[in-house]
Amino acid sequence: MVTNVAWLLLSYRVPREPSAPRIAVWRRLKRLGVAQLGDGLVALPADARTKEHLEWIAELVDEAGGSSSLWRAEVTGRRDEERIIADLVAARAAEYEAVIARAHEAIEPEAARVLRSLRQELRQIERRDHFPPENRELARAAVRELAERVSARATEAVVS
Amino acid sequence: MRWATRAGVHIDRASSAWLIRRFIDETAEFVFVADPADVPADAVPFDMRGVEFGHHGDDCTFETLLRRHDLADPVLWRIAEIIHEADLEDDRYDAPEAAGIDVVLRGLSLTQPDEAILDLTGPIFDGLYEYHRRALLGRKEPS
Repeated sequence: MVTNVAWLLLSYRVPREPSAPRIAVWRRLKRLGVAQLGDGLVALPADARTKEHLEWIAELVDEAGGSSSLWRAEVTGRRDEERIIADLVAARAAEYEAVIARAHEAIEPEAARVLRSLRQELRQIERRDHFPPENRELARAAVRELAERVSARATEAVVS
Repeated sequence: MRWATRAGVHIDRASSAWLIRRFIDETAEFVFVADPADVPADAVPFDMRGVEFGHHGDDCTFETLLRRHDLADPVLWRIAEIIHEADLEDDRYDAPEAAGIDVVLRGLSLTQPDEAILDLTGPIFDGLYEYHRRALLGRKEPS
């Protein structure tokens, strides 16, 4: 398991009302695939992209009349870090599993539409996947296999 | 006028620099700083935290620049959708170009200094502008 990760921590507090900015912040964090460490405390492995996103979310928090601070951090105990990473891996693995199931279940005449939506979904999951679980490759393969089925089917339709 | 932004430019800063030079201040010169505290006193900061021309609400810097300069050109707002998706990735707009241009800019940021990125991407945004201008005028996609 990967350990000694350089983390970014965002500590934030958004006023309860109005709820719109609070929900906007929550959605943005969720889309980034953050680890929720506590109330108003989230973590992401540090890189240029995650730092930029978290900085702008911090700005959103401040504009909404809340308060925030962004930290670089490392976890002192290996077990704590492993648990945080394991939670993130499990969260993404569940999302990949759902993609695999939908790809396998897709049947005509829906298959082409499902393929488009799954490709997009897969891209989104991969963007917030900081510690790829084992089934990521399976999810990619399932979508590829669906694409092959769809294109074989299209060829059949032309030939017959 | 001098304009200052963070070093290590990506899509929002590159496109904003293009927008500034083409539509806001044709004599614009750009400086890149590592820290907001390093912005020269005579320069207008953009795409940095806590400044007027940054992200506000759901808007990325490109959109903020359009809004605050009352630029209503629909072609620019179409480009703004692409920049928004490439930068914020929130699926607010249907902008399939976003993924491609995002990768191109990330690649350039690995191989080119900031000044060169602005020089290289200027013609790309000019081309995007012309393409979408024609697309909005005509009924079919430009060839």
